[in-house]
Amino acid sequence: MTDVADPEAAMTALPETGHESAAHPPTTTGLSHNKVAMWLFLGSECLLFGALIATYMFAKSRLPAGEIGPNDVFDIPFTSVSSFVLLMSSLTMVLALSALTRGEERNFRVWIVATALLGGTFIAGQVYEFTVFYNLGLGYTTNIFGSAFYTLTGFHGAHVTIGIVMLMSALVASLRGRLSPRNAETVELIGLYWHFVDIVWILIFTIIYLFPQ
Amino acid sequence: MTTTSEPPLQLTAGEQLVRPSTSLGVFSRPRGDTGWQSWLFTVDHKRIGIMYGAAALLFLVIGGIEALLIRLQLAVPGGNVLSEDAYNQVFTMHGVTMVFLVIMPMAAAFANYLLPLQIGARDVAFPRLNAFSLWAFLAGGIFLNTSWFLGGAPDGGWFGYAPNSGLVYSPSNGMDFYALGLQIAGIASLVSAINLITTVLNMRAPGMTLFRMPVLTWMLLVVQFLLLFAIPVITVALFLLSFDRLFDANFFNVAAGADPLLWQHLFWIFGHPEVYILILPAFGIMSEVIPVFSRKPIFGYPFMVFSGIAIGFMGWGVWAHHMFTSGMGPVSVAAFSLSTMFIAVPTGVKILNWLATMWGGRLRLNTAMLYSIGAVAMFTIGGLSGVTHAIAPADTQQTDTYYIVAHFHYVIFGGSLMGMLSGIYFWWPKMFGHKLDEKLGKIGFWVLLIGFNLTFGPMHILGLQGMSRRIHSYAADSGFNLWNMFATVGSFVIAVGVLLLFLNIGVSRRRARGAPPVGPDPWDARGLEWMTASPTPVHNFDRDITVTRQDEFWHRKWRIGTDGKVTRIARATDVAHDGSATDVHLPSPSYWPVVVALGLPLVAYGLIYNLWITGLGALLILGGLYGWVFEPPDDPEAHEHDDHHDADPSDDSGNGASGGGTSTNGEDGPDSDDGARQLAGAGAAAGPSAQAAEEQP
Repeated sequence: MTDVADPEAAMTALPETGHESAAHPPTTTGLSHNKVAMWLFLGSECLLFGALIATYMFAKSRLPAGEIGPNDVFDIPFTSVSSFVLLMSSLTMVLALSALTRGEERNFRVWIVATALLGGTFIAGQVYEFTVFYNLGLGYTTNIFGSAFYTLTGFHGAHVTIGIVMLMSALVASLRGRLSPRNAETVELIGLYWHFVDIVWILIFTIIYLFPQ
Repeated sequence: MTTTSEPPLQLTAGEQLVRPSTSLGVFSRPRGDTGWQSWLFTVDHKRIGIMYGAAALLFLVIGGIEALLIRLQLAVPGGNVLSEDAYNQVFTMHGVTMVFLVIMPMAAAFANYLLPLQIGARDVAFPRLNAFSLWAFLAGGIFLNTSWFLGGAPDGGWFGYAPNSGLVYSPSNGMDFYALGLQIAGIASLVSAINLITTVLNMRAPGMTLFRMPVLTWMLLVVQFLLLFAIPVITVALFLLSFDRLFDANFFNVAAGADPLLWQHLFWIFGHPEVYILILPAFGIMSEVIPVFSRKPIFGYPFMVFSGIAIGFMGWGVWAHHMFTSGMGPVSVAAFSLSTMFIAVPTGVKILNWLATMWGGRLRLNTAMLYSIGAVAMFTIGGLSGVTHAIAPADTQQTDTYYIVAHFHYVIFGGSLMGMLSGIYFWWPKMFGHKLDEKLGKIGFWVLLIGFNLTFGPMHILGLQGMSRRIHSYAADSGFNLWNMFATVGSFVIAVGVLLLFLNIGVSRRRARGAPPVGPDPWDARGLEWMTASPTPVHNFDRDITVTRQDEFWHRKWRIGTDGKVTRIARATDVAHDGSATDVHLPSPSYWPVVVALGLPLVAYGLIYNLWITGLGALLILGGLYGWVFEPPDDPEAHEHDDHHDADPSDDSGNGASGGGTSTNGEDGPDSDDGARQLAGAGAAAGPSAQAAEEQP
């Protein structure tokens, strides 16, 4: 039972190791501090993106007639493809975590690289899209729609980029032999973040791209 | 764990990192528990709390001087103490300082010091993040105040209405300092909120169910949730303002079609919960102080808790009562008018419960109690004038007059600050091992109370007479002369009251040398924080405390007989821990929270002056985060003591207090800001702690 006496060890343990069923859970809720904190952080992020999306809708509705607007720049087929790419990265993220919990180190690395690559593809698509929009005459300072659009999608892109950095850090940790099933929760938390960023994109894509007016 | 071949007690990952082989992990962790380094690098929630409090008192002096300047300017008609421009800066910085750099950090001081103690924990969930919150807040506060020397302070008012705060109307760098400084302070608050919520949810002592928690803990928990959800909204608002000012975006550019209501909505969606962020900690403190000095349990504990939660929810639905005159339409005005009246209900419940707690009690009217009673009374006055704002037609007359100024000073100064002063007098012996002088304290209280009413009482009249707030001067024939002079005299009486507090601190400190120790429980109090030595030993409690009911500590001292008679069954010194445990594993100090926090103002300066400085700051943050993540997990020598977790597991499990610890943090390698927020804190928490037999009541 000595391992139960070490709350830290218990904290990083997988759920199926049975600590939750132990007489004395290591934390009051049974969830690790890190997991509780990640959920709280994501709750906070909901308000961040909520305020940004609201700002965008407000700004778009105030765009003076005749100025370059959503209908002039959006390329729905292209963005649909890059959205699909981002959504698929959630699948590979799940596969990565699943591989790690089963101790399949090589598969874990494959899937984590795949996730990062899909995320990178999405970011590349965003950069391309921004470039096209800019060449069509929509700069950051052009009008209120431009400011709001680039700010909202830029914040989302920054979140994806941070996620990619986290994925690469997990990969490096794995290559240096520091990731094992017992601390798979670290990867699980990165996954939570990654899925959250994907869900936000579903909202952005629906609200901003599919209903441009 | 079942599958690993390594025994978990070896803490293998941690030991690898202690060897000088990995990148930034080569640095040892800071050591020593005396001297300035022991404060700069501390991760102890008590020291962090004390530093929060000290910083808040320092900013109280700065904000107070600004207030005195305002009152000097307005003392007589046509005042010329300050130029119009300087006046704008002074009243803006007075508001920003008092809200963000005095009341909020003072609440954070109590939260940090008391919250872990009240739930029987050894520290917060993420001690290093806690240190980071302190330093980030301090960095933001100092950054804001350096604007005085760099071309002018913010001048757009504390709520910084855009486009008035945009480049056109506020061309100095002041509002950039405002937007970026509050952004930094916001990061500190957000991190702190995540940390403290996790602490309350996850680290309660065995038996400490949610509805056995002290009311203060509950109120602080509600406040942290408000911060968690309110901060991101102002984050967005401040980003938009910054982007407008720094990068020529169009969010508040009316010429490009923008609507000034955007800022107002975003700011007040944050700003109204912020009001409860300011007052609820004081409510919690009063709910601790009044029962102790009434010698009765709090009246209607569930009502107190649920009304606090109700305020937390309803606080999100009243923001637009700040905007009744903005022309947002009759439906919105009616809806927000109603919701504003409704939120007075849970607040009234609290006031009635405090009165009922005092009713029939044997009151001990010492300084802490006086401040609490004063806070209840003053907050009630402010609350009543608040209800008059809920009536939109009346509010239309009152908007932007001194009536509003009177109202919010009655609730924030009369309610929040007085409540926190009560807390200072109440918990001072717990924090420093000696009481503050009662006589000086009482004199200080009466001076402050009289000065306060002398200053802000007349502002009701001035406001109803039509004196606008934020005006630089007024004509001699406007009829404002008399009450303005009253208010100015009153403000200097307040200053004397505050000086008496500082005098008291100095005098009491000198007197305490050589005096007999104050003992763990000088007030015959009720909360777990009194169940350990004063000042609190670094490890908080010698043993885990098993909680069986609300006010556990009091019930271990007193028994209520079947006839309702209360008899003492134990002395406090017998029940309380003496702080003699030496084998408790504590989180090691860390360099990195300071380093990361130092990067934030650099980024902000760079955005204003030169992007190279931003790059430098970003590098500092990035390097600091890597250092943070790859820091040796804990004090290497402490590992020698690790053998104490082969104590009977039933002794220390259930003890969330020692959560966090030694093995993960070298292993997770996220280097992003976000990653560090959740992941890196793990390594800094206390390791396994030695436990003696579980204590029985």
